[in-house]
Amino acid sequence: MISVETFQTIQQASSAMTGNTAYLGGGTLLMRTLNYGEQDFEKIIRSTDNNLKTINDAGDRVIIGAGVTMAQVIAESSLAFLAPVARSVGGPAIRNMATVGGNLFAQHPYGDFTVALLAFDGIVKMDNGSEHDLEQFLSSRDNISGIVSSVSISKPNGQDFKYKKVSRVKPKGISVMSIAAWLPVSAGRPSNVRIAFGAMGTTPLRSKSAEKALEGVSIDASGILPALQALAQDFSPPDDAIASGWYRAQVAPVHLRRLLLGEVEA
Amino acid sequence: MSKTPIQFTLNGKPTSVFVNGGANLLEVLRRDVGDMTLKYGCGQGTCGTCTVLIDGEPHLGCLTLAETVEGRQIETVNGMADGPELHPLQKLFMENFAAQCGFCTPGMLMAASSLLNRNPNPSREEVVEAISGNICRCTGYEPIIDAILQAASSLRGRAF
Repeated sequence: MISVETFQTIQQASSAMTGNTAYLGGGTLLMRTLNYGEQDFEKIIRSTDNNLKTINDAGDRVIIGAGVTMAQVIAESSLAFLAPVARSVGGPAIRNMATVGGNLFAQHPYGDFTVALLAFDGIVKMDNGSEHDLEQFLSSRDNISGIVSSVSISKPNGQDFKYKKVSRVKPKGISVMSIAAWLPVSAGRPSNVRIAFGAMGTTPLRSKSAEKALEGVSIDASGILPALQALAQDFSPPDDAIASGWYRAQVAPVHLRRLLLGEVEA
Repeated sequence: MSKTPIQFTLNGKPTSVFVNGGANLLEVLRRDVGDMTLKYGCGQGTCGTCTVLIDGEPHLGCLTLAETVEGRQIETVNGMADGPELHPLQKLFMENFAAQCGFCTPGMLMAASSLLNRNPNPSREEVVEAISGNICRCTGYEPIIDAILQAASSLRGRAF
């Protein structure tokens, strides 16, 4: 039988993470493994630490507690730019449960919210105060010890952030892919561009080739063409029940073009 | 086997139960409390038929660790009717043939109830969004959407 231990602080919870333990955030990932008898843990650790549910403005960045739910993100006016991303995650019930911290660990093809965090140069903070660049964190997330306490991200200015989730089922379905594009403008041209994709690899990934190709260009059909052509260098998407890797690779430039140019889908 | 005692309010009634470690709310409500209205569908948060309201907001019973509902208010379809008098949502689901096999209906009703509690006059798009986490394999959704919109109208006290 599984035992459950609840702690008031994240540090206490982290100290209890020894042996075959798993940390419970919103439950949307962990409980499904229990329901299917696929768990490799004997003890569930959870924390009621209110700091996990806070959202703090830190100048040019915003710090989002790991326990903040997708519903909280949608309700928070200072995170309005992330509301469409959070709204693309499941239905209302899932969004009342799924947390920002949990989304970092969602397996392909899930984890759409993390795609946006990646585009905003996310930095993951652990319970012991250590910080990890989100890109590095994602590449080693299965081996990282401790509990995520928050994620800080850059704040966009105005309308320089674009996001879309591509799925076959309407209005909500699992991602064929999700795309987050942050295009800060300097002297009228894109500068320090970030392009992140979900479901194009085993974790959300940035397309550094496309980012480089978009630096300083005009965002129009001819200006973005090199970036669309560069996408193939960065991804080797996996096959799954939603789409084959080949299909994903073929349509990724189409969806990036539609996103960048604001094309309306038929 | 040791069990953990938890207390919560179920459809307005104080409820106490001993739960197994790791048990989800769905199995506790069905097996230990005897509220069979919510159903087990997928067990992975995809189908929505186990939707319950916790403190007024929709949650999935199958993904909710039972021990996390200590002290909270839980609502299921069992609490909707007033004695023999069905809730307008239930009546209009019936009149619109919004329930066919009926397996999704408890979750649909809870999702709809949550929507109408916070938004008495939803648009069709808002209804679609509210039930976007609930799968129905029988109706094609249109009768369900119609039923919810008519229930909203009924609850606002207007003739449809």
